[in-house]
Amino acid sequence: MAFTAFASDTALAPQQEPTKRGRVALLLLLPGLAYLAVFFLAPLISLILTSLQRPAEFGDFGQYEYAFNVDNYADVFGAYGGHIVRSIAYSSAATVAALLLGYPLAYFIAVTLRRWPVWQGLALTLVIAPFFISFLLRTLAWKQILSDEGPVLGFLQLVQVLPDGARLTGTDFSVIFGLTYNFLPFMVLPIYASLASLDLRLLEASRDLYANAWSSFWRVTVPLSLPGIISGSLLVLIPAAGDYVNASLDFLGGTGTAMVGNVIETLFIETGNYPEASALSVILMALILVPVAFYVLFTRTEDLI
Amino acid sequence: MTRPQPGSLPTDPLIRQLVLQARRATMSRRNLLQFGGLGAASLALAACSSGGGERPQAAEDRSESDKSLIWANWPLYIDEDDEGNYPTLVRFQEETGIEVEYRVDVDDNNSYYGRVRDQLQLGQDIGADTVCLTEWIVARMIRQGYVQEFDRSNMPNTENLLPILNQADFDPDRTFSMPWQGGFAGIAWNKEALPNGIRSVTELFENPDLMGRVGVLSEMRDTIGLIMLEQGVDISGDFSAEEFTAANDVFREQVERGQIRNVKGNSYIEDLQNEDTLAAICWSGDIAALNLEAGDRWEFAIPEAGGTFWNDSFIIPIGSTKKTNVETLIDYYYRPEVAAEVAAWVNYVTPVEGAQEAARELFPDIAEDTNIFPDEEKLSQVHVFRTLTNEEESEFAEQFQSVLLGA
Repeated sequence: MAFTAFASDTALAPQQEPTKRGRVALLLLLPGLAYLAVFFLAPLISLILTSLQRPAEFGDFGQYEYAFNVDNYADVFGAYGGHIVRSIAYSSAATVAALLLGYPLAYFIAVTLRRWPVWQGLALTLVIAPFFISFLLRTLAWKQILSDEGPVLGFLQLVQVLPDGARLTGTDFSVIFGLTYNFLPFMVLPIYASLASLDLRLLEASRDLYANAWSSFWRVTVPLSLPGIISGSLLVLIPAAGDYVNASLDFLGGTGTAMVGNVIETLFIETGNYPEASALSVILMALILVPVAFYVLFTRTEDLI
Repeated sequence: MTRPQPGSLPTDPLIRQLVLQARRATMSRRNLLQFGGLGAASLALAACSSGGGERPQAAEDRSESDKSLIWANWPLYIDEDDEGNYPTLVRFQEETGIEVEYRVDVDDNNSYYGRVRDQLQLGQDIGADTVCLTEWIVARMIRQGYVQEFDRSNMPNTENLLPILNQADFDPDRTFSMPWQGGFAGIAWNKEALPNGIRSVTELFENPDLMGRVGVLSEMRDTIGLIMLEQGVDISGDFSAEEFTAANDVFREQVERGQIRNVKGNSYIEDLQNEDTLAAICWSGDIAALNLEAGDRWEFAIPEAGGTFWNDSFIIPIGSTKKTNVETLIDYYYRPEVAAEVAAWVNYVTPVEGAQEAARELFPDIAEDTNIFPDEEKLSQVHVFRTLTNEEESEFAEQFQSVLLGA
C-alpha cells in the first residue's frame, strides 16, 4: 500500500535536502526491509520457481518437480489469454466507473463541506462505513438484491428497460458493478486527501483571470488533485485486476465472467496444477506492473516521488 | 534435497527419529550457507514442500499416554443439541475417558486437501487425528500413502458396515478408511413452479421453461455422473475417457446455451431459495433440511436413469499419534443405536447395519426414510462413481473446470 504515499500533500511542501543517511536511518529501515524480504521477496522467488516446474515422473495428482519448464508460460497464455484480456477490461471499466462516481463525491466532501467540519466528518464516515461489514457479506447481499426475483431486476423490467428474460447476476455488468462498489472507497479517500488541501484562493485567482467554471476546474482543480486521482486509480485497478470474489460463481459472476484470479484459484485448488497457476500469477503481476510503471512515469508526477 | 538412505539408519525408532532430525537440521544449515540469504531459505522451503516420490512414515502411536484426539468434519454433520453440544460425543468421552476436540474444519474436499498436503507429504501432524473426507479424495490419499492402516481388531463393531460399502475399489478390505455418512445426488425442483416434477436429466436440460433456471453441482463426480448415467454409461464400471468427454460436452453445451444458470458447491441452496434456480442437481440430505427451514417447497428424487452414491469416510492421517484413540471412536460410532441417533439428526445415509432397527425403536419418524436407510430398491437406483486413475483424475478435472471457467 505504498501508493497512499502519493496522496499526501508532499506536492505542496517545500522540497527538502536529502538528509544524511546515518546508522539510525538504516536501523529504522530494517524492519520494513525485513518485512519486504520475508513476505514479498521470498514468496516471489518461490512463486517463480514453482512456475517453472514440470510434472514429476511417475508422480501422482498435483506432484511436480523443479525444472526449467518455460512452456508453462506459453501454455497458460494460450489457454487463458481471454481471461487475461477480460480481467484487464473489467478492472479498467471498474476504475473508470469508480473515478466518475468517486471524484464528485470526494469533491463534495472535501470542498463543498469544508465549512461544516461535522458534516464532513460524517460524510467521510459514511464512505468508510461499509468496511465495518465483511467484504464477502456485502457482495453476497448484492447478489440477493440483483437476483432474478430481486427488486432491481423487477423494477427494470417493469419500466421496460430490460426485456422479460433478462437477468443481472452472472453478467459482465454485475461483476463490474461489484468491483466498482467494493473498491470505491479506495478511490474516494486519496482524492479527498488531495482535494482537502486544495487552496480555494487559486480558484478565485483563476476566476479573476476570466476562466469559466469548466476551465478553472480542468486547469486548476484537476491538476492539483492529480496525485489523488493517480493513487486512487492504482488502488482500484490493482486489486480489481486480481480479484476473484466478485467474478466467482458463488458471488456475482457466471460461467462467462471468470477472471484471471478465478483461473488461478481453480488451477491451485481444483486441478492441483501449481506450476501453471504460478505462471499465470507471474504474468498477471508483470501485466499490472507495466501500465503502473508507465502511468507513474508519464503522467505529471515528478513532484510526487 | 536428497533424503538419507533408509538402509543407513538405525532400527530403533527413537534413535532413528533423532538421527533423521539431526540430519535434516545440518542439511538445511548447509544449504543456507551455500546459497546465502533469503533466496536459499525460500528455496529450502519450496524444496521441502515439493517432496520426492518417497512415502512418509506413520507417526508413533501415543494413545496410551495421551487420551485425546482431534476430529475434523464438515458443518452440520453430527447430532447437536440446543446448547451446541454433541450428545453422542459427550457420552463417548464419559465412557472412554478420551477427550475429543470436534472441529468443523472441512467445507470443501479440495481446499482442505490443499491446506494439509504439504504436511502430509512430510509425514507431519495436520492438526487432526481423524478427518472425514469424500471417498474419491480418500482414494487419492491412500494411493499416495498419506493414511495410516487401521487395526480392525480394535474396531469389532465395524462388522456392522453395510455390505454395499464393503467393496470399495480403492480399499477392498476397509483397512484404511471407514464410512461416516453418505448421500445421493439427484434432482430437486420447486414444487410450485414445476408441479409435474422432473424425472430425468434430459428433462432438466430440455425443458424450455427452465431456460437459465437450472443449477448443477460443482462436484464433478455428481454432475457428470448423472449425465453419464443418463447416457447409459455405468459410472461404477470401466468407462472410457471418451464417455466422460461425451458427458462433459453435454454439460458444456448446456452451460454455453444458458440452460444451466449456476454451477456451485453447497451454496446452491441459496439459489433455490431466492428462485434464481427452479431445479437443480443436488444432494439428498440438503433438501430435507431446506424444506424444514424454508417451508415445504421442494422435492428431491433420484432420476430414472440413476443417481450417484457418495460417502464421506474416516481416515487417520499419517502424522497422527492417536491411532488407537481414533479406532475406539470409530468403533463407538458403529454401534447401531449411536449411528441411528446421528442419522436422525443429519438426514444422510448411515453406513451402519442395524441402525434402522435401532431407529424404529428410538426415532420412528425417520426409520422408514429411504434417503437415510436406503432399501434394496433405492440402492438399485444409485451408483458409486468409480475411482479414477491418476491420469484420469487430472485430465477429467481439467475438462470439467474448463467449462466452469468458460475456457
